[in-house]
Amino acid sequence: MGQAIVVTSGKGGVGKTTTSANLGTALALLGHKVCMVDTDIGLRNLDVVMGLENRIVYDLVDVIEGRCRLEQALIKDKRFESLYLLPAAQTKDKDDVKPEQVKEIIGRIKQLFDFAIIDCPAGIEQGFRNAISGADRAIVVTTPEKSAVRDADRVIGKLHSEQIEEPKLVVNRIRPNMLKTGDMLSIDDICSVLQIDVIGIIPDDDYVIKASNNGEPIVINPQSKAALAYRNIARRILGDPVPLMSLEEKPGFVERIKKFFKLG
Amino acid sequence: MKKLSQNSHLVTIKGTRDGLVFIMDDQCEYVDLISELTEKLGASFEKFVDDSIVSVSVKMGNRTLTEQQRYEIAVIIGRRSNLLLKSIEVAPTAGDERIEQLLGDNVMIHRGTVRSGQVLQHEGNLLFLGDINPGGTVIVTGDLYVMGALRGLAHAGSAGNEQAVIAASHMFPTQLRIAGVISRPPDEWVKADVYMEFAYLDDGQMKIDKLSNLFKRKQSL
Ligand SMILES: Nc1ncnc2c1ncn2[C@@H]1O[C@H](COP(=O)(O)OP(=O)(O)O)[C@@H](O)[C@H]1O
Ligand SMILES: [Mg+2]
Repeated sequence: MGQAIVVTSGKGGVGKTTTSANLGTALALLGHKVCMVDTDIGLRNLDVVMGLENRIVYDLVDVIEGRCRLEQALIKDKRFESLYLLPAAQTKDKDDVKPEQVKEIIGRIKQLFDFAIIDCPAGIEQGFRNAISGADRAIVVTTPEKSAVRDADRVIGKLHSEQIEEPKLVVNRIRPNMLKTGDMLSIDDICSVLQIDVIGIIPDDDYVIKASNNGEPIVINPQSKAALAYRNIARRILGDPVPLMSLEEKPGFVERIKKFFKLG
Repeated sequence: MKKLSQNSHLVTIKGTRDGLVFIMDDQCEYVDLISELTEKLGASFEKFVDDSIVSVSVKMGNRTLTEQQRYEIAVIIGRRSNLLLKSIEVAPTAGDERIEQLLGDNVMIHRGTVRSGQVLQHEGNLLFLGDINPGGTVIVTGDLYVMGALRGLAHAGSAGNEQAVIAASHMFPTQLRIAGVISRPPDEWVKADVYMEFAYLDDGQMKIDKLSNLFKRKQSL
């Protein structure tokens, strides 16, 4: 029996879909059977980020409403044998499905796969309740901005009243040079408010945007720092105690000079 | 000895307009009562409540409690961060007021985190062990003491008591209210030294002082 992990945040645009795609791919890379489930009904885009949009025939709502079997709606990834996607419906609405229905489907996916990675829509309404209904674990994504942290806090409060393990935190889009100048909330600032364990810190990385436009998960790009960060999250999910990676950039030329003359 | 199952009835939980009432069997062994309470507040408890904060009154019937036992029950209930223990009623002969008297003017203790969007309300004085996050709200009719960071909104003396105070070990509120007075922290509040501070009203003006002066102030009233 596999486990279901929901990726959620409250606020939109902080990296839920990016995290779902890359975590799913990284777990598949490590040899696990993974099904990514897009529950963002009406605004699906996990399929686009994975480059699988043109293979969609059936979707989550078709399965729920009995128009097809679960196996017919699952799309096999073009790169990895053990990676599948259950896409969201585009023409429906989040209120068209109920949490119990999603829970039932997730239960069936857990019979077939090691992991169900559930991409949650923004917000805390019906779509959120659908997404978390079948989850055993939760990952909360935030960026180092006050508004994102505030919404993450709201979502953590909501998750506490569910039968879900204590959620883990991913801090996305960290810019090390802004951390240094103090222009960005630090990981410590964020943790002192949210008080949950950090499972990953993802640097802001232009490759992420490029990759998502090409329908290639970043995690397969060896040049990207974000890729390494996502691989580490996958290993931590599996219980491997990988230390959090240091985001220290190599000091630039001017700084090196300054350091040399002890000006800094 | 443990003959517990889902359908034992040592602890009956009833919903009322003012929150939950826990009616405890007063004939059984205390340990059985405790294990059923623990079980009832375990995983299956989620069904009853959502994440809003609910107050709890415990009725012990004809049983008396030692301070230790009273504390144990408070801790078990306090483990669920959305439950606020309001009272534990015991057999009338017991000296149950002692803990509260120790703390002075009937202070209720609650631990947990008040997260964004959550509201914690209490009638009377409240000692809150934990953080109140930005976007979180605590409203009490009496005094509020926060052992933790106060980053959200705190309202003391909400029924109009202008003598009420708000104390916090880390005072970084988004807004403070005492009785009908509303104040946003001006920049000069943020001091480098981390003394525990409290807010009070002086002629209708909100002021902040070091905690050590609170007792002086309370005595002079
Ligand atoms: N670490 C990152 N570095 C750079 N861009 C990122 C990063 N994470 C996400 N993005 C970009 O931010 C945007 C929103 O991400 P997305 O995963 O769609 O958010 P959500 O699903 O939470 O709405 C996308 O354009 C994505 O490419
Ligand atoms: Mg998304």
